[in-house]
Amino acid sequence: MRRPADAPPPRITRRGLMLLGLQFGVIGTLGWRMRDLQILQNEKYRLLAEENRINIRLLPPARGTILDRDGRLLAGNRQNYRIVMVREQAGDPAAVLARLATIIDLPQEARDRVLREMMARSAFVPVVVAEHLSWDDVVRVAANSPVLPGVEPEVGLSRFYPDGPSTAHVVGYVGPVSERDLEKLEDPDPVLQIPRFQIGKTGVEQRLEPLLRGHAGNQRIEVSAAGRVMRELGRTEGQSGRDVNLTIDAELQIYAMQRMERQSAAAVVIDVRNGDIMALASAPGFDPSSFVFGIRSGEWNALLNDEYRPLSNKTVAGTYPPGSTFKMCVALAALETGAAGPGDTVFCGGSTTLGRRRFHCWKHGGHGTVDMRRSLSQSCDVYYYEMARRVGPDAISAMAHKLGLGIAHDLPMPAVAEGNMPDAEWKKIHRSEKWTTGDSFNYGIGQGFTLASPLQLAVYTARIAGGRSIQPRLLRAVGGAPVEIPAAEPLAIAPRHLEIVRGGMFAVSNEGTAYRSRFVDPENLMAGKTGTSQVRNITAAERAAGVTRNEQLPWNRRDHALFVAFAPFDNPRYAIAQIVEHGGGGSAAAAPIARDILGFALYGGPAPLSAYPPEQRGAIEEERAARPPQSEPDASAAAPARDRA
Amino acid sequence: MSAFDSARGATPRGVAKLLALNWALILLLAAVAATGFLMLYSVAGGALQPWARPQMIRFGIGIAAMIGIAMIHIRFWRAIAPLAYLGTFALLILVEIMGEIGMGAQRWIDLGFFQLQPSELMKIALVMALAAYYDRLDPARVSRPLWVILPLLLILAPTALVLKQPDLGTALLLLMGGGAVMFLAGVSLWYFAAALAGGAGLVTTVLKSQGTDWQLLEDYQFRRIFTFLDPSADPLGAGYHITQAKIAMGSGGLAGRGYMQGTQSRLNFLPEKHTDFIFTTLAEEFGYLGTMTLLALYTLIIIFCIVSAISNRDRFGALLTAGIAVTFFLFFSVNMGMVMGLMPVVGVPLPLVSYGGSAMLVLLAAFGLVQSAHVHRPKARD
Repeated sequence: MRRPADAPPPRITRRGLMLLGLQFGVIGTLGWRMRDLQILQNEKYRLLAEENRINIRLLPPARGTILDRDGRLLAGNRQNYRIVMVREQAGDPAAVLARLATIIDLPQEARDRVLREMMARSAFVPVVVAEHLSWDDVVRVAANSPVLPGVEPEVGLSRFYPDGPSTAHVVGYVGPVSERDLEKLEDPDPVLQIPRFQIGKTGVEQRLEPLLRGHAGNQRIEVSAAGRVMRELGRTEGQSGRDVNLTIDAELQIYAMQRMERQSAAAVVIDVRNGDIMALASAPGFDPSSFVFGIRSGEWNALLNDEYRPLSNKTVAGTYPPGSTFKMCVALAALETGAAGPGDTVFCGGSTTLGRRRFHCWKHGGHGTVDMRRSLSQSCDVYYYEMARRVGPDAISAMAHKLGLGIAHDLPMPAVAEGNMPDAEWKKIHRSEKWTTGDSFNYGIGQGFTLASPLQLAVYTARIAGGRSIQPRLLRAVGGAPVEIPAAEPLAIAPRHLEIVRGGMFAVSNEGTAYRSRFVDPENLMAGKTGTSQVRNITAAERAAGVTRNEQLPWNRRDHALFVAFAPFDNPRYAIAQIVEHGGGGSAAAAPIARDILGFALYGGPAPLSAYPPEQRGAIEEERAARPPQSEPDASAAAPARDRA
Repeated sequence: MSAFDSARGATPRGVAKLLALNWALILLLAAVAATGFLMLYSVAGGALQPWARPQMIRFGIGIAAMIGIAMIHIRFWRAIAPLAYLGTFALLILVEIMGEIGMGAQRWIDLGFFQLQPSELMKIALVMALAAYYDRLDPARVSRPLWVILPLLLILAPTALVLKQPDLGTALLLLMGGGAVMFLAGVSLWYFAAALAGGAGLVTTVLKSQGTDWQLLEDYQFRRIFTFLDPSADPLGAGYHITQAKIAMGSGGLAGRGYMQGTQSRLNFLPEKHTDFIFTTLAEEFGYLGTMTLLALYTLIIIFCIVSAISNRDRFGALLTAGIAVTFFLFFSVNMGMVMGLMPVVGVPLPLVSYGGSAMLVLLAAFGLVQSAHVHRPKARD
């Protein structure tokens, strides 16, 4: 087996060189492959490497604040202390959460949610454990940090509403972006993808969202394979939202809300000269903060099931038959068409008949001979049955639209109602029936198909008072720059006709149905019109049973009480539309409230006793003494910031 | 031993022996190892710990061991070759038994200062044993079936054990390294042709065994093979490593992204970046110039060894040197082929660069044998 010792050992030269050649072949292949990867495909892989490492993170902009006309804060941002937890630093997250629950309020269900969320995300992603904490909570958590690994306090911005329920309907509220919100938007701003980013859900917050939101900044960050942030590569600062001034006078608004306490009511105060809406009060209010913090289902159901409908903004979205407050419109239509002059009279015997139907005047005994001024001051129904019959629905509808009724005004509010000021055509389309004289009779007294919102009634009153076709507006300034509006055109109505109607309204307040709700200050005399709108017909059975009085009916079947007015009479400044749902008669339920609110606007505070009729001053003084003084909004709730940190 | 006896007078002694070492080869090895230190320093985020410093110390020990081994006459190594093989084989069986009796799937024996992997040692012991075998075998009988079966058994026995561990990379290296020595010794090419055909048949059989009772590879090994065939099929799973490795290498470009500027490795997109995938970091940070330089160093080492082997009249020394060179070649080519996506990921380190004690020490010891063969080579008689 052994090779012979004398023979020279065979060399491996040939096979060695063959093997070397084979190896060169392999090495050549490796080199060629590296050239392909590193030289030829370099661009592609360089790009992939950049995509690997760079993430763009959005920086949410600070939301613009909402201020009243004098710069008082209606919606602002305040520091929101929250606690976040990082799973990988926590060790045993469940145990840490249990320990945390002994320090701050953290119910079991919240702990379960946090655990689920942490498990669903990467280990290093901070998960919000609790929000809207007090400074004391934050201090306690910080002090216990050694036993709370992975738990850290954070400061963010959250929305707050200093005047709470008083301005809730106007200002609205914000909430986290929902899937439904995203579907509705055509070009969703990427900032909406930020978890927990808040957008306006209703009110001005919703409608002025594009102004208030601002633009997101972004941060280019380098991330590791696991997604951990390594460093910031660059940053583009975003742009904060714009601050907006509303035309609302917060103090007037708050006063109006207080004045309508425990009522289902609405009041709109408007500047006759330029259409500025000074107050847009819908009672009862609700606390917008409960929506920002996430409303509990019990509270939500309570709001939904309340028959006073606190979530509804009755000022712009609620529509009611205007009742007798509509009579100025019919009177103007009669004057403008020449159907009646101011001196023409109608005899009121308490009712009038049309075919076999009898149409009653509110006053059973009748008003006797009635001219236009008296028809307004006494609110004679028979007079307006006759006027409506003479003028017809089309002229009334045209006049109503001229005066701002039956139009959805352009306000930054959701669900601004159009109301309804029908003409003959409307009935043919919507009811498939011919317009009847009976329909005209109902039209004449603002009943039947007629619907108007308090906002529309306020515009209507302001247009009659000022003679100009003012447009209501809510946005006074954006970013400190006033929003310019063109001067309102004079109404296409003969000034002397307006003069006649205004005279009738003066008579209402100073000698007629609203006499008890007048001011005696010669500087601020009022001119108004009461209204009582039926929400049902008194049935024959009820009449038989003797139920004809409103107070005997269940609340939700009682009449709505309305009142519109402007003042001062000789130099109109403010107009108001007031409704008290199911409040009964306009003169008793709506006019006194409207007078106080209008007085507050005129005098810049509660009207002095001297403005009231002497015989009422005693009672008003007593009532004011009983009522606690208007409290300032609770500013201490806003946690103080850095100086204590 | 005639060739040796006659050359004894020319063999250097004492300090002269040191000078007779192939210093160029040592320099090349040091250059490669230095590249490793640089890369280990980089992947540690610019720190000597935890990898660069231990690696340097091991390299120092390894170089000392290499020179020590080189000083001992090649006769001695030839004499103990069978013993070395049998001892290493016994150790392989020992770790296998230790694994069986519940010490976990351990592939190494803890020697205190480092962990000895018998499978690493076997790569050299096998080459030694085969070289000694062919040194003693009458060249006329090299291709006779009986004399082919014995070396085949020498190769397949440890290969089977290693495959069972399971360590596909080492098994591949043993098989191919052993085969290379047989090839160098002059075994008929027909055997290799037959082996290739048989290998192809075996691969088919192995692939077909998946999912059957007699499955020949572990599931993860199958996955690696399939991932190799189509990495994009599973971009976030097993194919992730290959994809990220390609991104790292490809993004390096011609000159690289700069030392310690490789985002793929620094941001942990790369797997095993200090061991089997360290080449990707080199490629990313030093680019094509860097990878080609390393490839050139490796190629030079191979050339030095093969030239030394071809010029060596001592058959044992020549076969040993060439066999070790091929093993070394297999190390880096399999590793590079693996990270470049030319081969399945089988777990072979980049020689002298990847972090790891066993491989580094065993490789330097092997180069000690190469040096010994070089220093003690018989001088020409004519």
